[in-house]
Amino acid sequence: MTRKRQRMIFVLSGLGALGLATGLTLFALRDNLVFFYSPTQVVLREMPVENRNFRIGGLVEAGSLERVGADTIRFAVTDTANAVRVTYTGLVPNLFKEGQGVVAEGRLGTDGVFVASSILAKHDETYMPKEVMDALKAQGNWKGGD
Amino acid sequence: MANLHWLANPGRFLRISNAVVPYLAGLTVVLLAYGLWRGLTAPHDATQGAPATIMYMHVPSAIMSMTVYGGMAVASAVALIWKHPLADIAAKSSALIGAGFTATCLISGSMWGRPTWGTYWAWDARLTSELVLFFVYLGYIAIWQAIEDPQRAGRAAAILALAGSVNLPIIHYSVEWWNTLHQPAGLLQGKTDPVLAVPLLTLLAAFFCFYVTVLLLRMEREIVGRKIRQLRLLQAQA
Repeated sequence: MTRKRQRMIFVLSGLGALGLATGLTLFALRDNLVFFYSPTQVVLREMPVENRNFRIGGLVEAGSLERVGADTIRFAVTDTANAVRVTYTGLVPNLFKEGQGVVAEGRLGTDGVFVASSILAKHDETYMPKEVMDALKAQGNWKGGD
Repeated sequence: MANLHWLANPGRFLRISNAVVPYLAGLTVVLLAYGLWRGLTAPHDATQGAPATIMYMHVPSAIMSMTVYGGMAVASAVALIWKHPLADIAAKSSALIGAGFTATCLISGSMWGRPTWGTYWAWDARLTSELVLFFVYLGYIAIWQAIEDPQRAGRAAAILALAGSVNLPIIHYSVEWWNTLHQPAGLLQGKTDPVLAVPLLTLLAAFFCFYVTVLLLRMEREIVGRKIRQLRLLQAQA
């Protein structure tokens, strides 16, 4: 075996071992690597211990947004399978609206309503000019929110 | 491989590099001007409005931050296994450019995040792994600075570069493996309208040409620098 071949095997096996170790670590930590939990996970109580802050993410359910008082809002976060009701007092990002992605941080009340202390908006990876979006809507091919 | 060996001669490399750099620099300027013009005159994204214009900076620098690292890792493997002097120099010369792209990606992403998401920063898997990439670049540069003997520095740096390459698939797949605030990739999946995708891809090409241009210039400087170092060592011994 030549020196080059030896070095190549050394480098490749080193990379393989490191990759495997990283993969196993990430797999073991998978519950801590999610930025938010889906409404279905919350309904099934798959989030961290009760009475701890966590984030819930999904779409703002169409028709669920209502204003209560000066700056308090109520809405539902849905992943189309399940929905969780959320209440929040404060300013929301510009992108926040029905049908748009949202990540809320807070804790789940005993009544099953999520009390959010902060709201982040999430957007998807489709980008298009307004004219194109309007055309898609006119053709009935629009799949996003309003 | 025969071609690689032929190019691996530093003298020949210097001659070819010198001839190519002006054309590459010109191409970079042309692509950058065209991409910026098309991008800044393109209609705004319907959902996000003006802030999405930051993607013309953010997306190319994000892709380049990983491309440069990939190239650096391959060059490091070649340097470790085949002891090509140019591979070692190419890896070393890439690091600062890659770190620059990574910083641009992180800063522009932060500026984009504030008006759209509502925050400058979130510890989600995509943002965190890209930040880790930045620190790996800094660590790689630090090794070259810390160890004076180029051969020993090169070996240590190459091993770090290879070890750090496990981060590349994590950055790329983070948005698919875990729930993240960051949206998944959509450019190559055809989810970006052509009016916006054409300037974006043009700017990606511009960033790539910029990288190759600066890489060649930095490699030339490194080769000359090493020659001077060798001459000084010989002089000291004489």
